[in-house]
Amino acid sequence: MSKARSAPVRAAFIHLALIAYTLVALFPVFLTLVNSFKSRSAIFSQPMALPTPSTFSLIGYQTVLSQGNFVGYFQNSLIVTVASIALVLLFGAMAAFALSEYRFRGNTLMGLYLALGIMIPIRLGTVAILQGMVAAGLVNTLTSLILVYTAQGLPLAIFILSEFMRTVSDDLKSAGRIDGLSEYAIFFRLVLPLVRPAMATVAVFTMIPIWNDLWFPLILAPGEATKTVTLGAQMFIGQFVTNWNAVLSALSLAILPVMVLYVIFSRQLIRGITSGAVK
Amino acid sequence: MGSLQLKSIRKAFGSNEVLKGIDLEVKDGEFVIFVGPSGCGKSTLLRVIAGLEDATSGSIRIDGQEMATTPPAKRGIAMVFQSYALYPHLTVKDNMGLGLKQAGTEKAEIDTRVAKASGMLSLDPYLARRPAELSGGQRQRVAIGRAIVREPKLFLFDEPLSNLDAALRVQTRLEIAGLHRRLKATMIYVTHDQVEAMTLADKIVVLNAGAIEQIGSPMELYNKPANVFVAGFIGSPQMNFIPAEKLGDTGAKTIGVRPEHVALSRESGDWKGKVIHVEHLGADTIVYLETEATGLLTVRLFGEHAYAPDDMVFATPDRTSLHRFDANDRAIA
Repeated sequence: MSKARSAPVRAAFIHLALIAYTLVALFPVFLTLVNSFKSRSAIFSQPMALPTPSTFSLIGYQTVLSQGNFVGYFQNSLIVTVASIALVLLFGAMAAFALSEYRFRGNTLMGLYLALGIMIPIRLGTVAILQGMVAAGLVNTLTSLILVYTAQGLPLAIFILSEFMRTVSDDLKSAGRIDGLSEYAIFFRLVLPLVRPAMATVAVFTMIPIWNDLWFPLILAPGEATKTVTLGAQMFIGQFVTNWNAVLSALSLAILPVMVLYVIFSRQLIRGITSGAVK
Repeated sequence: MGSLQLKSIRKAFGSNEVLKGIDLEVKDGEFVIFVGPSGCGKSTLLRVIAGLEDATSGSIRIDGQEMATTPPAKRGIAMVFQSYALYPHLTVKDNMGLGLKQAGTEKAEIDTRVAKASGMLSLDPYLARRPAELSGGQRQRVAIGRAIVREPKLFLFDEPLSNLDAALRVQTRLEIAGLHRRLKATMIYVTHDQVEAMTLADKIVVLNAGAIEQIGSPMELYNKPANVFVAGFIGSPQMNFIPAEKLGDTGAKTIGVRPEHVALSRESGDWKGKVIHVEHLGADTIVYLETEATGLLTVRLFGEHAYAPDDMVFATPDRTSLHRFDANDRAIA
């Protein structure tokens, strides 16, 4: 910021508020991470303390990696999340392109209908979804989760992406048509690269609820072979005894892959090759 | 090759009729300019010719062939857009060659055509760059190059100079004029700037509210405007319109006189008036008068003149350059 426009007091307040929010947001993550490295008694006696040489323990991680099939759970979570994101982005972008680019009867209604899913939680339909999956023989498969998550992610994706696609220069698409590009080529080669930041935003918003979801894995795919990480971590939570070391370690590990994905997508948010296309 | 016939072209978006029956004939090699105020349908007409919009009714023939079902890429046209519309992910060379590549032209042929066009537009040093690394003027030259490379029957320009600054606009205008002379291609050019229209066109089509007001060469439009709209649109500063009855002319409703066809004098003349405002442009002096006979009157004098606001002066119109319009705003011959 230029010197002329800086106001030290106001800037200080803004930063104070931001720092406070950051602390609040990071506190649970911090608590989980710190306690995952402590012995069981230390977790209960001093939950806020950092691990010391006397309380440090990797017992939680050992339990997680030795009991159950955590590598498999991670794999399941990753497959479900990545496949769902890919499908949401592909279909969401295509639908958004159609809604923003083509004039056809019922365009607005269709857009509203597709956006309706943002307002109605998909969990209301759980019973019907379960019945459908049973009928289709998809219970206890990753496919069932991918299908449900794709449906869950599409409304927001279409809503955000169609707004962004409206901002892509009409002239650019017209130029493509005159140069003989097919509608698919215009979509994949001209429009998609220009809305990449929006795609990354959608990917992040789609990814986190899917990765963290417990509901649908519990209902649709509770079998050992299809358990996701969040469901897998539940086996350490008992009715009477909970293995907190293991739960916290499992959750700490679960943060990592989603962090990696976030870093990948957020780089796309920053990078842009749009300049120079128009004006 | 490169003629165009439009027959009663209509275009409606919903109930909003944008083009209300356009008939036009463009001969091979002509430079035709569509000019009109914003919203008059000139860009829509160009997009209909390009095939980017379907006409609601009417027929479009390029070189005598009906184009209604022909996709834009197969019409033998090339278009230059106001916003350049270069492909951001391709180099200048690939931007210019993409259309030919899509049409399945051989690589060697593409290379020679791109080289020829880039030579014409002095783009050789930039062929390997991306559009983001070019200035506005260079980008528009690339866009023009992309059109040249296709060797189209018809060049379509959609306000190509609007995004350029004044100096660059003049320079690019000269380049386009030169290009037309060299290529002898048929060009259709849309603009709202009447200076561009007057300087470039063989034939100007003045559009207003979706209909053609007049078609003619720049000087025809200037000397013999068909109606009040054209008279007011062509020429800058705008023509003065005076109610005919104030001048005692009962045969017409409105009398038009261009600012450059009025002489000023401090001693004597037809209309006595007071100077309200003076604009000194060096080559011209524009004087705004309030006269009893005519109301507000704009006068354009060549060279520098020392008039100042509140001066009392006499204005005299050139009797041979008066335009008379009837009650329907049409010119009386």
